Amino acid sequence: MTVRLDGVGLTHPGGFQALHDIDLSINQGERVAIIGPSGAGKTSLLRLLGTGLAPSTGQLHLLGVDPATLKGQALRRLRARIGLIHQSPPLPPRQRVVTAVLAGRLGQWSLLRSLISLCYPLDSAGARAALEPLDLQDKLFARCDQLSGGQLQRVGIARVLYQRADLLLADEPVSAMDPVLADHTLNVLGKVAAERQISLVASLHAVDLALRHFPRIIGLRAGRVLFDLPAERVSQAELDQLYSNDSFNEPVFADPVSAIAAASLEAPRRCT
Amino acid sequence: MYLSGTDVGVHGRPRDPAALPRLLLIILALLVLWPGLVLTEFNLATLVDPRNLDIFARFLAGFWPPELSSGFLTLLGKATLETLAMATAGLVLALLLAVPLSLISSHALSVSALARGQPSPVGRMLRYPARLLLIILRSIPEIVWALLFVRAVGLGPTAGVLAIAITYSGMLGKVYAEIYESVDRRPAQALLQAGSSRLAAFCYGILPAAAQELTSYTLYRWECAIRASVIMGFVGAGGLGQMIDLSIRMFAGGEVVTILLTFLVLVLAADQLSNLLRRRLA
Repeated sequence: MTVRLDGVGLTHPGGFQALHDIDLSINQGERVAIIGPSGAGKTSLLRLLGTGLAPSTGQLHLLGVDPATLKGQALRRLRARIGLIHQSPPLPPRQRVVTAVLAGRLGQWSLLRSLISLCYPLDSAGARAALEPLDLQDKLFARCDQLSGGQLQRVGIARVLYQRADLLLADEPVSAMDPVLADHTLNVLGKVAAERQISLVASLHAVDLALRHFPRIIGLRAGRVLFDLPAERVSQAELDQLYSNDSFNEPVFADPVSAIAAASLEAPRRCT
Repeated sequence: MYLSGTDVGVHGRPRDPAALPRLLLIILALLVLWPGLVLTEFNLATLVDPRNLDIFARFLAGFWPPELSSGFLTLLGKATLETLAMATAGLVLALLLAVPLSLISSHALSVSALARGQPSPVGRMLRYPARLLLIILRSIPEIVWALLFVRAVGLGPTAGVLAIAITYSGMLGKVYAEIYESVDRRPAQALLQAGSSRLAAFCYGILPAAAQELTSYTLYRWECAIRASVIMGFVGAGGLGQMIDLSIRMFAGGEVVTILLTFLVLVLAADQLSNLLRRRLA
């Protein structure tokens, strides 16, 4: 079991409750997509899995341990085993691509090695190998501020590939890419996860991409799991319910059928 | 309906809600500054008073022409080198203290802030002594330290170097810590979240964004250290300061103006160097 959540809730410091009572388990090697409307808690859930946030209630197990019980060196070792691809890649504009990719292994390198590599990249072949499947190897020595949004996003992915994490998390990994590139990039991620038998959890806005690339789909709405189904069993009705928006659709709901659909949102159905 | 949230004035223009507070702030600033001018007996008229102007002119006339004899220039060259060495050595010693203290006192590298959004109380309590030490270091002016060290280690540049090292470590440490906090912290936080150590996260996540500003501020402080070492020369710490002190006492106006021109060249050079490095790091 790579990931297990038991009744996990998350309340942000401002008092906003982002996640309610989530039960979830993800097996080793499973590929899961999280979909849902904006503000549903997708990013919060991924940050929780990336140990960037601690659950306010419930229990969280990652790679066999509860991160809340870890401190210092042990927590760093766990963090080095989890790779999180950020939605907006957190890369310093003045850094070179090779350095940005190599930074993926800072958690595994000694400080001396990190500092030497900052002056002279010690493993530029490794960085190149991480960029190659994403078709960015010719940008190895370019600076991050010379890249487009989609290219930057791929550099962020290359860094996490180079990290060789045991759990891959991705927060909207292809949001800045064109459809063809997005397809290709998700293919690469899926292939890496399958080859190394590691779990991949990605949040996506594009439902078609999620259904095409991920065998298991979790629908998140207002901080709750609305459905958790194999991709082939996700029907249009579930998607309509997931994305329906009361405030936009109100005047459109003239027919009784959609009015009922809107009303049923008051008590979201849980499928596990 | 559309503008229901905004206050609409008489002419139908939406009223800027920030206008009134801004006006009040300006009035407040004037009210605070006025007593300062009164207290210092500041009066522009005394400056253009014909009697004062005459004294001023005669004083300045003594400065011309600049002294350019080879004997004096040799002495000047040696004193300039001594001043530069004092400023540079002082700054390097200051950096040895300022860099670790700035890293400790800055909360840009807080690991606990990852999960909570802000540093834990324990972290804040540990950072406070470092901040306090920086405040103590810079609260006493370098000239006071220089007077103290001249008595302790004797006349000469060593006193100046120590005085600059102590005061400037306080200034550099404070501003460095603030620069780390002013740049985008997400790169460093992402690295910390991927298990990196703090120092590695600093070097890979904060340094690239902060390098330009750090260099620029350090060079500006080097320029200040050159000026400070001149002032400390007056209390016997050697260099150009001691030289200008002697020249003024001997009413050698020509020598004074040559030394002042040397300052000008030094500051210009520091400025050019700063520009060059900033462009290289941009």
